[in-house]
Amino acid sequence: MTAVRRWWAGLRWFVRESTGEARWDQYVARCAASGTEPMNRRTWERHRADQREHSPQSRCC
Amino acid sequence: MPTTTPVRRQDGPRRRLTPAGIAIWGGIALVGAVCWTVLALSRGEEVSALWILFAALASYAIAYRFYARFIADRVLGVDDTRATPAERLENGQDFDVTDRRVLFGHHFAAIAGAGPLVGPVLAAQMGYLPGTIWIIVGVILAGAVQDMMVLFFSMRRDGKSLGQMVREEIGVVGGTAALVAVFAIMIIILAVLALVVVNALAESPWGVFSIGLTIPIALFMGFYLRYLRPGRVSETTAIGVALLLLAIIVGGWIDDTGLGDTLTLSHETLTICLIVYGFIASVLPVWMLLTPRDYLSTFMKVGVILLLAVGLVLARPVLANEDVTSFALDGDGPVFAGKLFPFVFITIACGALSGFHALISSGTTPKMIAKESQVRMIGYGGMLMESFVAISALIAACVIDQGLYFAMNSPAGATGGTAASAAEFVGTLGFTVSPDVLTQAAAAVQEPTLVSRTGGAPTLAVGISSIFTDAFGGGLAAFWYHFAIMFEALFILTAVDAGTRVGRFMLQDTIGNFWPRFGDTSWRPAAWGASALVVAAWGYMLYVGVTDPLGGINQLVPLFGISNQLLAAIALCVCVTLMLKHGKARWVWVPLVPLAWDLVTTMTASWQKVFSDNPAIGYFAQADRYRDARDAGQVLAPAKDVGQMDQVIQNSTTNGVLQLTFAVLTLIVVANAAVVWVRALRAGGLPTTEVPATPSEIVAPSDFFATAEEKAAVREWEESRLTGRPR
Repeated sequence: MTAVRRWWAGLRWFVRESTGEARWDQYVARCAASGTEPMNRRTWERHRADQREHSPQSRCC
Repeated sequence: MPTTTPVRRQDGPRRRLTPAGIAIWGGIALVGAVCWTVLALSRGEEVSALWILFAALASYAIAYRFYARFIADRVLGVDDTRATPAERLENGQDFDVTDRRVLFGHHFAAIAGAGPLVGPVLAAQMGYLPGTIWIIVGVILAGAVQDMMVLFFSMRRDGKSLGQMVREEIGVVGGTAALVAVFAIMIIILAVLALVVVNALAESPWGVFSIGLTIPIALFMGFYLRYLRPGRVSETTAIGVALLLLAIIVGGWIDDTGLGDTLTLSHETLTICLIVYGFIASVLPVWMLLTPRDYLSTFMKVGVILLLAVGLVLARPVLANEDVTSFALDGDGPVFAGKLFPFVFITIACGALSGFHALISSGTTPKMIAKESQVRMIGYGGMLMESFVAISALIAACVIDQGLYFAMNSPAGATGGTAASAAEFVGTLGFTVSPDVLTQAAAAVQEPTLVSRTGGAPTLAVGISSIFTDAFGGGLAAFWYHFAIMFEALFILTAVDAGTRVGRFMLQDTIGNFWPRFGDTSWRPAAWGASALVVAAWGYMLYVGVTDPLGGINQLVPLFGISNQLLAAIALCVCVTLMLKHGKARWVWVPLVPLAWDLVTTMTASWQKVFSDNPAIGYFAQADRYRDARDAGQVLAPAKDVGQMDQVIQNSTTNGVLQLTFAVLTLIVVANAAVVWVRALRAGGLPTTEVPATPSEIVAPSDFFATAEEKAAVREWEESRLTGRPR
């Protein structure tokens, strides 16, 4: 059971890291550590989308 | 408290194999040797595809364990005491320390696409053995080496792009030639990929319906992520994938309806749709279409690859073609013309050696690496995975009936386009297939016809469909066929969107040197203008391919393969140059041998495509033949009228000029590099733009699975960070 749970936790961690969802938690944690007020998630995600707009990444053949 | 674990550093202690290690690696070597022996000795009997699969896996494992480690430790001298750009310049955006396994996923998603699927399918005309050998040997000695070395050198230069490295390390002349070559090669690659999609979707209402629906699905996901649930990517992707599967299922119902007739589109109509779509997609904000489509295509990519690996093992298919066909030796195959040497090496580009990967390995990935030693896992390992995809595609193409294979992959001009004429044509090649078999095969996957469905995607889809039907049962052949088409079309379209944007940025950047305002990527007239130019360029080549009476795939695939391999030559040139500049002439053979081989094959192929007097191979000989016939008032098959004769002449001339240009640009880079090599050899090394070493604070494992020592070191480091004590 613990092995299954560990695998599930690992998979969940991998998916959250790969999709970038974990970065929001990291951002909130960083803000908490430095005592600043985090922006809301909508604004933060928009900010990230704007960055993506100007750094195109090639997809290969 | 000093760390107790050995850190991998240049000229560090060599680790010896334990007895258990020797037993395991001896076992893997034995499996590999047995598989290769079976493949080499089987003649005219039924050969299971699993021999190829396991020969590949065993060879990859040994290459990764020994050769890749040798390159990392001895040749490159990775040094984990040195901080990577991600650590030094961390900004949470492009420079970002990323977990190695996550970065492996990102890197693989960026390098893997339709290339490793299409090339092996076409190369199957030469039999299963040439493709198998080149994919496996090529990736071990050339492709994975290139990816890993470029990744390493770019990482040591704060993630400089390939073009920048050529300019700064080789020279301005070579740099300019490389810049032009990269742009032109990208245009050809986009055009050929788009051509594959057009050929897969033409006259196929089911395909058009389900692929067409990916646009509203992606738009829905984009708006959902932006306005309803910002940042919930997994949830959105799950909804998107469910809708995607639904779109494939519903597509099967529209065949005999009025909608089905409306969606039965000709090649020309689809070309226009694709060009309009490409332009709109490249000027829309990325969150609307590109980003969500990327999530979908990545999910499909990983899903299909896993399914295919499992399916192959369960279905245990038998290879239907010969080991080496007569087409390989005589060079008269209908799929593409030319002999085994050099054409197998340029038809299978991605999967064995792909120059395009050098653009990913320089730029994005090196800015995210946590530790230097991880270049082996990400660069070399990522490419091995891509090669595995190519091997799976090769198997899928080799297990289908060969009569069907040639009926599908010969140009329409040869097969005549109907089941009866195709069966007759295949008969002249020495294979027997009845018109009924062709009609039934088409009916089984609910397509109007499978005759002359060139481009590789439909063939692969038929192969995948038969493997999945055998492996998982259920009589879902038609569903699996359209599932495979969806999977290929989806990531080709993503590559086209992303490639058009990259091309647009390159163009804006270049023109911005002369007209600074044009370089502003937020200025709409510049963005739209540059996008239109890029789309027009690949759109034109796509149109040339679609309308070519000789068959676009037959004509353009060699150009595509050669240009990709020429890009690899430029990338390997950078690696050789840097080895010599760093004073490592002793190890220069590691990139020099693949470079030499790549130049021999691509220059021979380029020479033949330009200068051969055989009209089936040489572009100019072909143009001459049709010009002479036209001037004499004749119409040569497969052209049907004077207009088509003119078209053949014009297309062949265009292709020939492009081919010649690419080869000349590459030779300029090589010549410029050779001057630098001589200087570097005489001086025993030259200064480079490598960033000086800075001590690293981060501790992270270097391979897929952390060793006990590495785990302990990471734990120790994390504790010291929490308590704030110095290590």
